[in-house]
Amino acid sequence: MDLNYSPEESAFRDEVRAWIRENLSDELRDKVLNYRELSKDELLGWHKLLARKGWVAPFWPKEWGGTDWSVVQRYIFEEECGAAGTPIVVPFGVRMCAPVLLRFGTDAQKQRFLPRIYNGDDFWVQGYSEPGSGSDLASLKTRALRDGDSYVVTGQKIWTTLGHYGDWIFCLVRTDSKTEKRQDGISFLLVDMKTPGITVRPIILMDQGHEVNEVFFDEVRVPAENLVHEEGKGWTVAKYLLGYERMGTGNIAGSKRELARLKKMAGPLLDDPRFRDRLTRVEVELMALEITNMRFLDQLRGGRAPGAEVSLLKIKGTEIQQAITELMMQTAGPFAQAFRPVNGESAFDRLTASLVPRYCNVRKATIYAGSNEIQRNIIAKATLGL
Amino acid sequence: MDFEYSDEQKLLAETLRKFLNTGYGFDARAKIVAGPAGWSEDVWAVLAEMGILSVPFDAEHGGFGGTTVDMMVVMEALGEFLVVEPYLATVGLGGRFVARGGSSAQQQRILPTLIQGKLKMAFAQTEPGARYDLRQVSARATKSGDGWVLEGDKRMVLHGGNADLLVVSARTSGGARDADGISLFLVERTAPAVTVTEYRTLDNLRVADVKLADVRVGREALLGGEGRGFALAEEVVDYATALVCAEAVGAIKYAHDATLDYLKTRRQFGVPIGSFQALQHRMVDILISYEQARSIACLACVKVDSADAAERRRAVSAAKIKIADACRHVSQEAVQLHGGMGMTEELKISHTFRRLTSIAQAFGDADYHLERFATLG
Ligand SMILES: Cc1cc2nc3c(=O)[nH]c(=O)nc-3n(C[C@H](O)[C@H](O)[C@H](O)COP(=O)(O)OP(=O)(O)OC[C@H]3O[C@@H](n4cnc5c(N)ncnc54)[C@H](O)[C@@H]3O)c2cc1C
Repeated sequence: MDLNYSPEESAFRDEVRAWIRENLSDELRDKVLNYRELSKDELLGWHKLLARKGWVAPFWPKEWGGTDWSVVQRYIFEEECGAAGTPIVVPFGVRMCAPVLLRFGTDAQKQRFLPRIYNGDDFWVQGYSEPGSGSDLASLKTRALRDGDSYVVTGQKIWTTLGHYGDWIFCLVRTDSKTEKRQDGISFLLVDMKTPGITVRPIILMDQGHEVNEVFFDEVRVPAENLVHEEGKGWTVAKYLLGYERMGTGNIAGSKRELARLKKMAGPLLDDPRFRDRLTRVEVELMALEITNMRFLDQLRGGRAPGAEVSLLKIKGTEIQQAITELMMQTAGPFAQAFRPVNGESAFDRLTASLVPRYCNVRKATIYAGSNEIQRNIIAKATLGL
Repeated sequence: MDFEYSDEQKLLAETLRKFLNTGYGFDARAKIVAGPAGWSEDVWAVLAEMGILSVPFDAEHGGFGGTTVDMMVVMEALGEFLVVEPYLATVGLGGRFVARGGSSAQQQRILPTLIQGKLKMAFAQTEPGARYDLRQVSARATKSGDGWVLEGDKRMVLHGGNADLLVVSARTSGGARDADGISLFLVERTAPAVTVTEYRTLDNLRVADVKLADVRVGREALLGGEGRGFALAEEVVDYATALVCAEAVGAIKYAHDATLDYLKTRRQFGVPIGSFQALQHRMVDILISYEQARSIACLACVKVDSADAAERRRAVSAAKIKIADACRHVSQEAVQLHGGMGMTEELKISHTFRRLTSIAQAFGDADYHLERFATLG
């Protein structure tokens, strides 16, 4: 065991850092650090820069643009991005749809979609949840009926993150409602959001932000060639994808950056032993999680799909994210409430003004991508055999 | 001991709830907070008419002569309905300052008008860097002729933007952190050289920064003794803290009820989610938090009127510690157990979450009161 970085790894870190410094604009960085909404162009702009550099999808196979980095290199890369305050690479295409296509897609589908995903030509979003099907995803009702060369899709998705930016949405749909096991009637379908019959409606969250949506499908005709894997095998696809989905949600690199900022913000509070203890506990937890993360990633070498261990990363990672926002609120003290001036300009710095909305917003982290309760159920069953 | 509300208190609660049920539903409230003022003159007038503004004041000023337990009943209802009108600022802070520290001339001038709903007040105390410390006052008041000249930079003044009359703390002597030398002044919000910048908080209240640049006030503006403002401010803030604890109990009760209801009605995996034992235990913990919060709020409301300042401080800080913890615990769990729905602007539960978040840090967060309680011995 050696928990130190090798000289090569440190050199790699320098390279990544220098590249980010050259390519990340102050304006964009400022927006990220102040938790401002990023436009579609800003998100895809950063994606395209990385794509040009060849770094947008490190974990893909080399032939499709992957980097062949070691687990440690991948972590270093994420850590540097987090520390610098780069926008995230929106996961729905690169981290979610692409691994599915690589595993289950036909050659034609790979040729058609993977290069566009890599280059950031399309904005992908995820259409899984429905009003009646959140944790219990297999109960989903959005139906897709085969009609000649097409599926006709009718139903509703909800909580679609950045659905208002979406060019394409990958959906779980019900192609057969009569199967004995509900899971067997589900299929995985790629839908062009410009197809007639699709309506996207915003949902405003309690931080007043617009990031999620309802997506309605009214007899939307989708070419049958957009089916991934076989009809009725969508659940297998979804299960494969879930591990990848959750892998990113721990957001360790982001938490490291936020923790460093928290320390700066805390100022005189750092002399308060009560506060300092609280802060230290979070910091220590994060240190442990960093190593846990790398231990688990290391086990995934050789292409094994992530399993229940990812649930642990998700649980701890999101709890830490939330704990940091809570401590940030505490540092702002009485100022943690000011949010928006009624008229004109705010006398507050934007960071302080963003702390409450941020605290509210991050409550989502223990709900989405499989709630933390569901993650615990998974560990109980899959790891512990209970 | 007697833990029941009296018949009179029950009646008060019933009357207020009846009005709020019909006139202050979630949609009505949403309209009010979206308006330019962020609160409703009409609702304020009804509260005055119903005598809600009069509860704690003496009969000689037109008050109801109620105790803080009577106020608890009111605050609970306001918390449950997330009332945004400036009740705490006007009655709990401003009115209390006048009632406890004002001369009889000041009381005559202010309290009857306040009770009639024609005068709103706010307490301008917080300064940059002071956090919750009432001693930390840098604003200055200098004698000039027959009166005073005030100068200072006050922040986050609860409902400061719509108050008619501000209670302003300013230093007449002593250093920036001395308890001695702080004096309190009554200042018209519209006086020349008072500049107010209003903010919306995430829980849809209004706060304001108040800048005083050479504000001239007469001798009669001094509230209480010169240089002796700290003790009065501490007492009044303790009172307001007890009230906000009671408000929290109302909001926590709502969160409890709404979450329990959701556990019984939301179905996943073919059953109500409340049938999952993992969630049952979480719901039980919410209930425990609620009961504990109620108890400690009762204690604070009873003891805050105590003549023994040490007893008052202990009870209030104890309450605020528990309430801050309960606010965090219950609000976070309520949202979590509502799943995605809990995150939305559309549901009342997210608004309750925000109010509870705000109360957790109002008049001192848990750490502040832990320190205060611990040093009281
Ligand atoms: C900000 C945000 C972004 C999202 N983005 C997307 C997206 O892009 N695409 C998409 O498809 N979905 C998205 N989601 C949806 C998300 O995946 C669901 O919210 C989540 O699966 C929970 O489902 P639900 O909201 O219906 O809650 P429910 O499933 O109704 O759960 C309610 C509560 O019950 C608990 N619970 C449920 N079942 C059990 C059980 N068996 N044991 C113990 N506890 C249980 C849950 O943990 C939760 O606390 C997003 C959600 C949010 C909040």
